Amino acid sequence: MSKKVAFMQGNEAAAHGAIYAGCTFFGGYPITPSTEVAEVCSIELPKIGGKFIQMEDEIGAMAAILGASLAGAKVLTSTSGPGLSLKQELIGYGCIAEIPCVIYNVMRGGPSTGMPTGPSQSDVMCAKWGTHGDHPAICLTPASVQETYEEVIRAFNLSEKYRTPVMVMPDEIVAHMRERVVFPEPGEIEVIPRKAPTVPPEQYKPYDTSFGDVPPLAAFGSGYKFHVTGLNKMQDGFPTTKAEIVQAEEERQVRKVEANVDDIASFEEYMLADAEVVVVAYGSTSRSARYAVNVAREQGIKAGMFRIKTFWPFPDKQIKALAAKVKGFVIPEMNLGMCSLEIERNAQGKAPVLGIFRVDGEPINPDQILEKIKEVK
Amino acid sequence: MAFDYDKWIRPGKLPHIWCPGCGHGIVMKGLIRAFETLQLKKEDTALVSGIGCASRLPGYIDCCTLHTAHGRAAAFATGVKMAKPEMNVILVGGDGDGTAIGGNHFIHACRRNIDMTYIIMNNYIYGMTGGQFSPCTPTGHKASTTPYGNPDPGFDIAKLAIGAGATFVARGTAFHANQIDKLIVEAIQHKGFSVVEILDDCPTTYGRRNKYKSVIEMMNRLKEVAVPVKAAEKMTAEQLQGKVLTGVLYKEEKAHYTDEYAKVIERARAAK
Repeated sequence: MSKKVAFMQGNEAAAHGAIYAGCTFFGGYPITPSTEVAEVCSIELPKIGGKFIQMEDEIGAMAAILGASLAGAKVLTSTSGPGLSLKQELIGYGCIAEIPCVIYNVMRGGPSTGMPTGPSQSDVMCAKWGTHGDHPAICLTPASVQETYEEVIRAFNLSEKYRTPVMVMPDEIVAHMRERVVFPEPGEIEVIPRKAPTVPPEQYKPYDTSFGDVPPLAAFGSGYKFHVTGLNKMQDGFPTTKAEIVQAEEERQVRKVEANVDDIASFEEYMLADAEVVVVAYGSTSRSARYAVNVAREQGIKAGMFRIKTFWPFPDKQIKALAAKVKGFVIPEMNLGMCSLEIERNAQGKAPVLGIFRVDGEPINPDQILEKIKEVK
Repeated sequence: MAFDYDKWIRPGKLPHIWCPGCGHGIVMKGLIRAFETLQLKKEDTALVSGIGCASRLPGYIDCCTLHTAHGRAAAFATGVKMAKPEMNVILVGGDGDGTAIGGNHFIHACRRNIDMTYIIMNNYIYGMTGGQFSPCTPTGHKASTTPYGNPDPGFDIAKLAIGAGATFVARGTAFHANQIDKLIVEAIQHKGFSVVEILDDCPTTYGRRNKYKSVIEMMNRLKEVAVPVKAAEKMTAEQLQGKVLTGVLYKEEKAHYTDEYAKVIERARAAK
């Protein structure tokens, strides 16, 4: 039997990917250009006995998914721009209380209301530094509709595996363009369930590190009773200000991600083997970059592309290795230089970093990238 | 017979953080009596709060407890209830948490008529941060941020809840301790969003700025202003001046949210 195929938007594919991953709860608030995710969830979730709720605001939507996740559901919210700013308060709550959830954020022009229908890539720093305090960050930046579908599934898996919020951040172009999607059969893509407690309720502690850096999370209403707070907490979930415990817990929360970069980070190496000029791109911009690299090759320039699929944790190791052997980096991005900062940090002056920055709501075209590739001497 | 509060108190979590004379402990005891009267199962009961003195209450109670962010209790609780409609979901918090920063979540939980119970301890002040005025601080009263008297008019929480669509609204006071559990029992038994406002006192940050000489004086004021709804029916407008009605103020049987969403699921499945 042939696989099911559809022609759909990135946003629609995201909703279907979430359902494949086992999502049974969506809490959201309407916002351009991400609303289609909510609309598809409102149609599809009740069909499988799942729940869709449109909350009174973005903060409420984030709160509702965290509450539902604690009650055992795999949960999703979608938003954009100002909505992401509002959600930051409780993204931090999800990080410290270690509640799995997926936040799908479509990057539009900003700051503030900015350009609601224009594409942008200016939320990538917000994904890591948006909520206050030190915390882990995982952020995926898909570049096609098929990849959006698959990366949403991976986001759910990472969220459950590491018990932390995960963001998926397509730019508006990826979110709204329509492409062919081939749906995987059930079981074809791995779906990771939440690690359930193995101890009886009376022995259960929600942050019991004897089970490793990612302790099992019980669900409210499943026979386990425990305390959850946004305060710095002990292994039993109750608040503490004891210096050594707070330090150890904060470090563990960040270590969950930082010690597993090789498992989480994903990227594509395109014509990199002999490349002298490396275009580092992500999202829809990588599609222009691929074209530019192809044209450069036709013209005899040894260009290649390093495509970031996982923006956070950042692929430091790979960029450092490239910096040691290439003549220069070209970074096209729809912001005023965000990924470029990370490349500069990793290049450590060993290779020049040339940026192409657009914030006018227009995509970066291949000609601009080709021109910049030629500037690398 | 002495009531066994220990059954519901988490071992090792007392003493609580509340100041001597604060009424929150009276409310907590009322809540425990209500839980015990209803024979709630700890594993199937979620107690959700925001931030503030009153919001520390869940930490002391032995059930599924969720101490959320400032003002967000109703929105977190909505997620819990939607995911597990069979759970008893009870919210606790203060007036600032519930009606200022959490005001939007509060009125929309009322509007949805989602089957949860919200106990608001109204002590007219932000106590934890040291006594700033809240949306419930009476006009003219003093707080650390209204040194010349509060220019703001205050909210009537019960009227706000009724206006927003809550289908059970009651009011008690920390002085009328024996009434608290009865109101909470009725609120939890009610199908739909129920609100119980408990007029409370904060001697530390409110009383001392507003010429209350002692906790006893604050408690006596609660005794003096409270008029049961039944008694109020026989009183004139003049006699009711400066009084506050207590008891069950509003009750209506109406479709509630998780039941309505179950119908959405049925319709979606039929349309498949």
